[in-house]
Amino acid sequence: MNLNPEAFVDIIPYLVTGLWYTLIITLVGVALGCVLGTIFGLMRLSKNGFIKAIASIYVEVLRGTPLLAQIFFFHFGIPNLLGFNLDALVSAIVVIAINSGAYIAEIVRGGVQSVDQGQIEAGRSLGLNSRQTMRYIIWPQALKIMIPPFGNQFIISLKDTSLLSSIAVAELMYQAQTYSSITFDAFEAYFMVCLFYLMITIPASLLLRYTERRLERS
Amino acid sequence: MIKVTDLHKSFGDNEVLTGITTDIDAQEVVCVIGPSGSGKSTFLRCLNRLEDITSGEVVIDGVNIADPKTNINKVRQDVGMVFQHFNLFPHKSVLENVTLAPLKVKHETKEEARSHSLDLLGKVGLSDKADDYPSSLSGGQKQRVAIARSLSMNPKIMLFDEPTSALDPELVGDVLAVMKDLANEGMTMVVVTHEMGFAKEVGDRVFFMDEGKMVEEGTPEQVFEQTSHERTKSFLSKIL
Repeated sequence: MNLNPEAFVDIIPYLVTGLWYTLIITLVGVALGCVLGTIFGLMRLSKNGFIKAIASIYVEVLRGTPLLAQIFFFHFGIPNLLGFNLDALVSAIVVIAINSGAYIAEIVRGGVQSVDQGQIEAGRSLGLNSRQTMRYIIWPQALKIMIPPFGNQFIISLKDTSLLSSIAVAELMYQAQTYSSITFDAFEAYFMVCLFYLMITIPASLLLRYTERRLERS
Repeated sequence: MIKVTDLHKSFGDNEVLTGITTDIDAQEVVCVIGPSGSGKSTFLRCLNRLEDITSGEVVIDGVNIADPKTNINKVRQDVGMVFQHFNLFPHKSVLENVTLAPLKVKHETKEEARSHSLDLLGKVGLSDKADDYPSSLSGGQKQRVAIARSLSMNPKIMLFDEPTSALDPELVGDVLAVMKDLANEGMTMVVVTHEMGFAKEVGDRVFFMDEGKMVEEGTPEQVFEQTSHERTKSFLSKIL
């Protein structure tokens, strides 16, 4: 057996740096993804066929292609076509935003659609217009329904950032790869990187389950 | 107050209302009865255009709501509606359910909306529930909140779509009592109901509908006791 116990400790500073990148990319990316998801999710609910089609194309294209392909297309493909260079971190955030946005759009659509039709009728029969009914009656209820699937998407996007190692973004996975290629302590490096991912995903899913239980009660 | 002329309503190929014509005066209480699937709820929902009107005219207080150019939101402020399943807003307290429309549509101040809404909750016997949430109320209480909510806009007309059908039998009385008070105050009411006792006692007129048609309309005595229509007789014999 070829185990180097010191490597478990030696790698930690690299992984701490990686953790910051992972968190920043996920938080900023998913936050932008929420904006995109809300816009495209609501567009998918539009009665206007053209608006709906644009949103559907966005959602289907992004959900129907692998994230790795999206990363390469955005970071290498588009800059090559237009003749400029993109900072890897910018590409990373943008790709996570666009990708999570497509999934969040579906969460938004599902959340709004699962609010009882009677709520719309009650609002409209009081004289509220469709915008007011959406804002004061449907949206608050939809938001509550959207929280658990949104939490899941956050965890998925966080893990997805590992693919960004392919464009040399200094996130967790890239740090582990680099360390492993220098020291050849592959087992130690990849064991520790998994541990670091779990350090975020386990508390996140516990928090999510706790929130779900609280939502059920209210 | 309400003038309906040759009202047709189709869902796809299925014609649910096949030419309804009638007039309802101010302060009149009309009870609409008939077997399920007769189109009575659809008729009611056409009166505030919750259902698009396929053809014909529905004139509410001088405004033809079948005209797509009509600002329906304006008309709906004058036409309250109470639903079978209450449709209270679960994320808002009882008081907030009642104040929402006055605040957002009429732009009343918080104080105005609050005091008016508390009056209305008092009227339906639920002052003490103002800060509770709908999920903690019984069905009868929910429906009374829903009535107070509709009244918050000071409507000229109130539409009731089977308001007691989803209630436990012992809770029906409270809701009917509130409706009766409303009728006595002179509210114009159209009530789709299976409560024949209410129709007889409170109704000024009864519509009997079947298969999308108005089979007959008349005073409760005329419809319940002196009808000459076979269809009405057989319906009443089954439910009375």
